[in-house]
Amino acid sequence: MTIVANFELNKNRLASIKGRKIDVPGFKAPVLKKRSSAKSDNFVGWRRENGRVGVRNHVLILPLDDLSNAACEAVANNIKGTLAIPHAYGRLQFGEDLDIHFRTLIGAGSNPNVAAVVVIGIEDGWTKIIVDGIARTGKPVVGFGIEGVGDIGTIAKASYVAKEFVQWASELQREKCDIGELWVSTKCGESDTTTGLSSCPTVGNMYDKLLPKGIYGVFGETSEITGAEHLCKARAATPEVGERWYKMWKAYQTDVIEQFKTTDLSDSQPTKGNIKGGLSTIEEKALGNLEKIGRESKYIDILQPAEAPAKGAGLYFMDTSSAAAECVTLMAAGGYVVHTFPTGQGNVIGNPIVPVIKITGNPQTMRTMPEHIDVDVSGILRRDMTIPEAGDALIANIVRTSNGRLTAAEALGHREFSMTKLYRSA
Amino acid sequence: MSAPHLLVHELKDNVGVVVVEGLKAGTKMLCVVTHDNSSFELSVKADVPIGHKVALKDLKAGDTAIKYGQDIGKMVGPAKVGEYVHVHNLKTKRW
Repeated sequence: MTIVANFELNKNRLASIKGRKIDVPGFKAPVLKKRSSAKSDNFVGWRRENGRVGVRNHVLILPLDDLSNAACEAVANNIKGTLAIPHAYGRLQFGEDLDIHFRTLIGAGSNPNVAAVVVIGIEDGWTKIIVDGIARTGKPVVGFGIEGVGDIGTIAKASYVAKEFVQWASELQREKCDIGELWVSTKCGESDTTTGLSSCPTVGNMYDKLLPKGIYGVFGETSEITGAEHLCKARAATPEVGERWYKMWKAYQTDVIEQFKTTDLSDSQPTKGNIKGGLSTIEEKALGNLEKIGRESKYIDILQPAEAPAKGAGLYFMDTSSAAAECVTLMAAGGYVVHTFPTGQGNVIGNPIVPVIKITGNPQTMRTMPEHIDVDVSGILRRDMTIPEAGDALIANIVRTSNGRLTAAEALGHREFSMTKLYRSA
Repeated sequence: MSAPHLLVHELKDNVGVVVVEGLKAGTKMLCVVTHDNSSFELSVKADVPIGHKVALKDLKAGDTAIKYGQDIGKMVGPAKVGEYVHVHNLKTKRW
């Protein structure tokens, strides 16, 4: 079955291929909502149908489930300029685990860095849930169920649609936007002691400067606040939000760590890479991690994994794993369009939808793996660069990246898309 | 100011972080406290890699290691001033 949204179905088009009926929707471009012109022209981005601004213009070929990866990858291979994002799950999940799965896929497709989406699933029911969810943004989206059609027929139909989408998207024009329209997420990885001294406070300084301009920010990594939870609780905008944050943090300790640990977590948190970089304990790692929210910022709400913020501009906390790909995937699904990623030992992560900007202050990492780093703040350790100067350098890179400059991770082809899985499927 | 060998976050910290590669035992380190840019000198007692920690005062098992002005865990072995502090003598108080 074909599920369409935000464009008109043309049944006369490509009615059959070799005698087999191929029901391919025709494509009529959606009308963009006009918004008042931006206060300034800090960068040029794509204004989407719902008014949000993207900094990339992807046409996604999105599998509902693991079984549909092959068809999605075949479509992306057929139609240049489209992007398949295969992943591992989507069958027989239930409850909160299934909610996160749906939210992540709908959020990924809804992200303003995405112009249009082709969804492929093994069956129609759940495929329609994803299509309907993405369609709420007003962007073109079409879904195909494989059962009753087969891979080849599905790939053919989806390829025709994907071709129309990508040609339409390639003609969309960027417009001038204010920097305050950006949604900027953060999460650090392969941290060491230099991240707490340099790259994390660099992100914090960026937030202290850009949050007052109206951006949306988000940090997360629930387990990795352990040791700094008293400081994090105190950074909530109100005591009520702080209490909710603390309950969420505590729940992970009791519901997950205490239930599933076999020894203490010293072999996982900090990681072997963290320890090689000089971090000895989770407390030390957490204190460095929290440097990412700067000195002034206070978080205004707590988001479920992959949940979009709904309380206006400002800083949010998202309840996520500290694993890099899982966390960045959830934040991208929350609607964030640029990710800032401090690293010490040299985490190489990227994301298919969101440009991931790597910042390091470790001169050894700059020397040994510079191709992965976008912003070098190692001058902080030499005391020839201040934190505010590093923050300005990061903001300059965010603007260049938003204007279209590929990040190191994009140029190197890093497209890690990792679904968060809470428990075994049924 | 010449580039420091060791950075310390807060004045009350009892460990600092080596920020140069190839530091050798016996080096008289220039140490800077980032909180107020104050500096002092300290002789390092071991070859400590970049990013790893040095004790700023004599620490014994049971003492609390302080960094960022905060508790980062308990010493499970001794480290005299200038000696190496890491997972061999410092452990989390959590999990």
